[in-house]
Amino acid sequence: MFLSEKHTLIQKLAADFAAKEFTKEFLDHVEESEVFPEEMYQKMAKAGFFGIKVPKELGGAGADNLAYVLVMEQIAKASGVASIYVSSPNSLSGGPLLLSGTDEQKDKYLRPIITGEKKLCFALTEPGAGSDAGSMTSRAVKNGDHYILNGRKTFITMAPLADYAIVYAKTDPTAGTRGISAFIIDMKWPGVSCGKPENKMGVIGCATSDIIMEDVKVPVENLLGEEGKGFVNAMKTLDIGRIGVAAQSIGVAGGALEEAIRYSKERKQFKRRIADFQGISFMLAEMATKLEAAKLLTYQAAMMKDANLPASKEASMAKFFASEVCNEICAKAVQIHGGYGFIKEYKVERMYRDCRVFTIYEGTSQVQQMVIAGQLLK
Amino acid sequence: MKIIVCVKQVPDTNEVKIDPVKGTLIREGVPSILNPDDANALEEALKLKDTYDDVVVDVISMGPPQATYMLRECLAMGADNAYLLSDRAFGGADTCATSTTLAEGIKKIGDYDIIFAGRQAIDGDTAQVGPQVAQRLDIPVVTYVQGFKIENGKAIVNRMMEDGYEEIEVAMPCLLTAVNELNVPRYMSVNGIVTAYEKEIKVWNHDDLQLDPKDCGLNASPTQVFRSFTPPAKGKGEIVSGTEEEVARNLVNKLKEKHII
Repeated sequence: MFLSEKHTLIQKLAADFAAKEFTKEFLDHVEESEVFPEEMYQKMAKAGFFGIKVPKELGGAGADNLAYVLVMEQIAKASGVASIYVSSPNSLSGGPLLLSGTDEQKDKYLRPIITGEKKLCFALTEPGAGSDAGSMTSRAVKNGDHYILNGRKTFITMAPLADYAIVYAKTDPTAGTRGISAFIIDMKWPGVSCGKPENKMGVIGCATSDIIMEDVKVPVENLLGEEGKGFVNAMKTLDIGRIGVAAQSIGVAGGALEEAIRYSKERKQFKRRIADFQGISFMLAEMATKLEAAKLLTYQAAMMKDANLPASKEASMAKFFASEVCNEICAKAVQIHGGYGFIKEYKVERMYRDCRVFTIYEGTSQVQQMVIAGQLLK
Repeated sequence: MKIIVCVKQVPDTNEVKIDPVKGTLIREGVPSILNPDDANALEEALKLKDTYDDVVVDVISMGPPQATYMLRECLAMGADNAYLLSDRAFGGADTCATSTTLAEGIKKIGDYDIIFAGRQAIDGDTAQVGPQVAQRLDIPVVTYVQGFKIENGKAIVNRMMEDGYEEIEVAMPCLLTAVNELNVPRYMSVNGIVTAYEKEIKVWNHDDLQLDPKDCGLNASPTQVFRSFTPPAKGKGEIVSGTEEEVARNLVNKLKEKHII
């Protein structure tokens, strides 16, 4: 893959950072404490990882989607959970503000999340509205100079840590998805509370919980974009967000492949390295080939976005293929490790659990197939 | 205040393999990096820039055109301007010819208060270029700097010795060579990298420096390499540190990782 010198340097920065900071001791600590240290979060902010695609005039780095993918890949290669902290401000939570925010809103909410002073989360999913996001029941009723919000959002990444949230609620329940509007809420406002953090299988160290809204008074200036345009905002955000999950997937898969190669060269059985058995070496060959294909799909989707070409189908293909292949590669990496792969002291055990969510969040593999098929058959 | 930092692009010696037959370094496919001690030198300059308002940090290097990549890295860490002294005539230089060329480049930039350099480069390991540049510029030099501050317009320098340290007051302009103990170099930032590629790196040849080709490069290098050889390689050791309990636990973990126990 040919990269420009600038992109190579961005890739080098992320790789150096990951190698130095995400040591085994650090990652074990995050896993055990279930807390990602604030000090590390600040280091990542200082390296400019939170505003990669955000224009310079808004405090970002002014780089592009390819740069974002390269950073995500290198960070995820070492730590799946750390890559979620990179993805959120760049994509899911920062995205809606970049797409539809007024200058004041961007200044007030986007700037501090790029510098790491504040955290923002994206709240779309509800207990009864997952893949079918349009069926949400959260309500926003306008009352003079404010809205009153009621409802419950679920599986919200970073909710217990967040200062602000982008929430979607129906301003007109009769208008279907055209009745959905987006709002920026302060998590400290009266009526806003979080559920108990979920006890997750993987990506431990980034709390996920419900957000409960009970008669939350939201000033009209916190409406994000136009009334009724919230669903479009959410879908456009997810459209770009998918490339980020694809990047996470190729990162974690790359890490698992590296571990599998290292282990198969070290481990001896029947008086030779297990890498010298065709059964193992062919597994490695297949893993590497599928990873390369996933990488190219991901880079292609990012580069198409950067060239302002329509890339919805390509982003879905990248997310679908990369996340599925990542699960396959991590499962094989565990298999190559044998019994050791089942033990928490080995990195592949965590990678196997971390990547499971990649085919689920930000649109399941089946939703991606719906998007791809929809484009093919239109 | 203007600070000039001398930097060099070197092969990453951690990645260098040795030809077992010829006993020479295999440099093909080895990534080039910013010399580690030079990163400490740059960091110290950037710390001054963080502390005082009017500090400009320039980096200068002599090398082939591809050294601009390393200079962009310096800009991405926070340097303001970068200069590359690059010319066929500069090729094959030993430390003597290198310092002549660098000193001319520094004179052309001019108006400096402090020059920082790394103690030595990991490819040549001579530690001669810094002091030689100071000699050619006729300014004081302190080597092995492990601590640095400015007080009343003078540099207060802590110089690392084998069995202790020296505290030295030195008038500016001066040249200081940095050791690894001086600081921890910062990372680049994504913002810094984007900005670094918007800047122009000034490339100067022998004409720009008004240097006669016979006074630079191989022509002006009295050093001749008689023989290169590699001492037999020892296995890489690892020191496990901490309390007795930590050491024991870490040691057991490492042995388990290697499937020894």
